[in-house]
Amino acid sequence: MAEFFQHIIDGISVGAIYALIALGYTMVYGVLKLINFAHGDVFMVGAMIGWYVARWTGESRSPSISGALLVTLASMLVCGCLGFVIERLAYRPLRNSPRLNSLITAIGVSFFLEYGGQYLFGPNPRVFTVLPRHPGLHAGPVSLGYVDVVTVIVSVALMIGLQRIVFHTRMGTAMRAVSFNATVASLMGVNIDRVISFTFVLGSVLAAVAGVLYASKYPSVQPLMGLMPGLKAFVAAVLGGIGNVPGAMLGGLVLGLAEQIVSGYLSSSWRDAVAFGILILVLLARPTGLLGRGEAEKV
Amino acid sequence: MRRILPSLLALAALAACKKQDQGSGMMSPNATGPIVLGEVGSMTGTEATFGLSSANGIQLAIDEFNAKGGVKGRQLQVKVLDDQGRPEEAATAATRLIASEHVVALLGEVASTRSMFMAPKAQQAKVPMVTPSSTNPAVTEKGDYIFRACFIDPFQGYVAATFAHDNLKLKKVAILKDVRNDYSVGLAKNFIDAFTKTGGQIIAQESYSNGDVDFKAQLTNIKAAAPQALYVPGYYTDVGLIARQAREVGITVPLLGGDGWDSEKLYEIGGDAIVGSYFSNHYSPDDPSPRIQEFVGKYKKAYGGQLPDSLAAQAYDAAGMLVDAMKRAKDLTGPSIRDALAATKDYAGVTGNITLDQNRNPLKPAVVLKVAKGGKYDFVTKIYPEGMQPETGSGGDAAAGGTKTGSNTAPAPASGTTPTPTTAPATGATTSASEASNTGQKQGVPSAEHPKK
Repeated sequence: MAEFFQHIIDGISVGAIYALIALGYTMVYGVLKLINFAHGDVFMVGAMIGWYVARWTGESRSPSISGALLVTLASMLVCGCLGFVIERLAYRPLRNSPRLNSLITAIGVSFFLEYGGQYLFGPNPRVFTVLPRHPGLHAGPVSLGYVDVVTVIVSVALMIGLQRIVFHTRMGTAMRAVSFNATVASLMGVNIDRVISFTFVLGSVLAAVAGVLYASKYPSVQPLMGLMPGLKAFVAAVLGGIGNVPGAMLGGLVLGLAEQIVSGYLSSSWRDAVAFGILILVLLARPTGLLGRGEAEKV
Repeated sequence: MRRILPSLLALAALAACKKQDQGSGMMSPNATGPIVLGEVGSMTGTEATFGLSSANGIQLAIDEFNAKGGVKGRQLQVKVLDDQGRPEEAATAATRLIASEHVVALLGEVASTRSMFMAPKAQQAKVPMVTPSSTNPAVTEKGDYIFRACFIDPFQGYVAATFAHDNLKLKKVAILKDVRNDYSVGLAKNFIDAFTKTGGQIIAQESYSNGDVDFKAQLTNIKAAAPQALYVPGYYTDVGLIARQAREVGITVPLLGGDGWDSEKLYEIGGDAIVGSYFSNHYSPDDPSPRIQEFVGKYKKAYGGQLPDSLAAQAYDAAGMLVDAMKRAKDLTGPSIRDALAATKDYAGVTGNITLDQNRNPLKPAVVLKVAKGGKYDFVTKIYPEGMQPETGSGGDAAAGGTKTGSNTAPAPASGTTPTPTTAPATGATTSASEASNTGQKQGVPSAEHPKK
């Protein structure tokens, strides 16, 4: 039974990171109907920037909480700018062309970041230490990692923050308006370009946080690290109902739990197959995802 | 076309040289100039250190032989060609050396993938080839002119099992292997065979796939089985993460592994979690055996204080083994050198006494290293293939064996039933041969592909 609880705890912690990345996919999709495949690579850039800043500030030698905050903030800043630039240069010129063009551009941007990253950062994995070492909590046979606790708390906090932005600020209202009908929103005086830029920046900032957290949990960063988590997070977003913020969170959790339980009780080779199998089953039963409600409510 | 052109050129060159030979009489056996040996290595590219270390080791050995008068009254010369770490280039380089440099034998490559590209060329031209450090069993299966100076992958499973049983006195071990990697699967299989033969028990077997980052679920199951050690025959990046997560879920027992661990990255990633774990490797410069210390001294002197890594030591042995065979051969034609090489017995190499089996693979000892604080690898002991005695005459093995080695040189249950490392690889070899050639880089280069210090 102890193992079962351990699997659940690990699943929640993995799921929280998937959820955090999924939020970026979901927001961009909600507003633009664009699947931003480069999102997983922005996440990688977040982790990489974290690595550089940590080395530069000496954080990697003597980790501290304040240092970790600084590293995260710097990485959020850089990724925010990167998100803005990607949208401005790659997606905006194609906004009125067929959706397939944007989709393929997104894949192109993703490759650009991955292989540009290999060129810039080198293909070798680097070791990432940001959070201070902590033995973690041990409740009997079940252990709870320090990073896991931080990850879950940060993810939940960010999700609540995001919900507040979307539903309780002018910008959030504008985002929902653009999402609902961009043309009408622009006629009402909403500056669409600003709203879309803001959405991308917000999503990229969340990816940066996820990147730093992920790298603290699995301390080896390299330019292709965004590939699998990005794909999984995309699945999580679709699973929960793409375009829906709590849906992304739920999708991430379901996926994380499923993965841990499958590798715990079946075999790790089945893990990805089951994860994607669940996606297919859910989509068969509920094509809009677990929490998706058609057109009514999306970001 | 790219493939065909060099071989056409090679053919033309061969034909030309045949004619020349006939004109000038028997060229190679009676000529007086230096004997040319060919070497193929990655002198540039991401694995440049492999090629450079190997070239250093080979040159050191050749210089020594030349100082002692060379072979059959002639000096030796090594012609090195760079393959940039690319398999096709290795094949081209081998062809060039054979066709236009008329080398009597080839040395190289480090990585199994590249050796497998070179081997057919050597085999076809009947030029003996000795690879210093390609550990994939499939390499020497390419033909009877292909030899190696290192042990093959499956032997390490036996080494770890013997070490776990004899030195650590373990009874229950769990295994976590990389199912997508021949090397890891092979080591795990041989570990299980050898360990269960000694009366040990494998109480849990879990798997992962190369590139995974989360191993908690598997480790949680392993923890529940309460093993006395965990055998993880993977590569250093995965192992580093596994070690960390193992400590996180509360596994405190040591980890065991193979030469895929040998990289400074292991400690960088694993940190304190990996300290106190053991892995098998080809050689350790800390080995107190005088033969090794003498080599380390000579190497440092020749290369500005640089410490020889295991690639340099193996290359030194490969060159030594080859020259030794050339001395014994009745003449310097390919077939004669081949026969002499195949008859290599108890060649006193730095990395151990080398005796080649019928598959042209050496039987030789492996060292076990312990990861210490700060990422240093401490020499623990040396483990010999079954039935093989420690090198005689080198007092150093008394020192090395002084601790516990003495007992495990000839493992107590000397019953002939235990599969000797000789036969073990032959069984798994057919599968690994085909898979390794299909997937190229990822497979079959375990011991060699990771950057050394």
